Amino acid sequence: MSGTIEKVSIIVSKGSLEGIYPALIMANGARAEGIEANLFFTFFGLDAISKKRHEHIKIAGVGNPGLHLATLVGGMPGVPGLLTSYMERKMDKLDIPPIPEFLEMIADTGAGLYGCQASCDLFGLTKDDLIGQVKDIITVGEFYALAAGGQIIFT
Amino acid sequence: MAEATYDGQVVSVNDEGFFTEPEQWTETMAPQIAKADGIDQLTDRHWQVVRFMRHEYQTKGTAPTVRVLGKVSGVSVRELYQLFPKGPAKIAAKIAGIPKPRGCI
Repeated sequence: MSGTIEKVSIIVSKGSLEGIYPALIMANGARAEGIEANLFFTFFGLDAISKKRHEHIKIAGVGNPGLHLATLVGGMPGVPGLLTSYMERKMDKLDIPPIPEFLEMIADTGAGLYGCQASCDLFGLTKDDLIGQVKDIITVGEFYALAAGGQIIFT
Repeated sequence: MAEATYDGQVVSVNDEGFFTEPEQWTETMAPQIAKADGIDQLTDRHWQVVRFMRHEYQTKGTAPTVRVLGKVSGVSVRELYQLFPKGPAKIAAKIAGIPKPRGCI
């Protein structure tokens, strides 16, 4: 086999369900292959590790052509919630864990979870506002140092 | 298709070193396979996972992923990664002489 991936650092910049899950699946899958993995949560991606928000992540009801729903319908009150519970039921059937449980599992695999300093400053968040599995709030420079020698994936 | 020799027996393996004919496997081959993957000593905890993997494969036809292992093998996800740092389901399957588990979660 020529060329193997030894390390991935995955940036999560979106706060929607469909923005967060792929990154979590990729990080978890990397660890399952014995690949070192780090997750860096920036901007609205911070919702995934925010104590207040991580249990309430929703599908984007508008601006989401993949839903094949009229924008007006997707924007009606309660619709994103309905879409989300429908998706969550389907995921549960496939044994895909809810986001809080998934993050806990990913931390247990030894992957590092980090918050973005600039975004935390922007939203007025401190480490106390983030779930316990988060190792630290780091600057972009520290992220690059952490990612050195590996692949960087932006989601 | 490649071959490997464990415990004096020639066995068929794929490019990644997984057994293609699980019935060729014996427990006495396990320590040697483990060593090649960086596990010098198979402890009782390792064996618990390896035997569980093999049992699941034999009863269900597929081996479990890490998530399932963590829920039903009696070994937590955290400990699984301590036992098999290079990927618990993957390495345990290799040591157990069964195909690599498929699954994204």
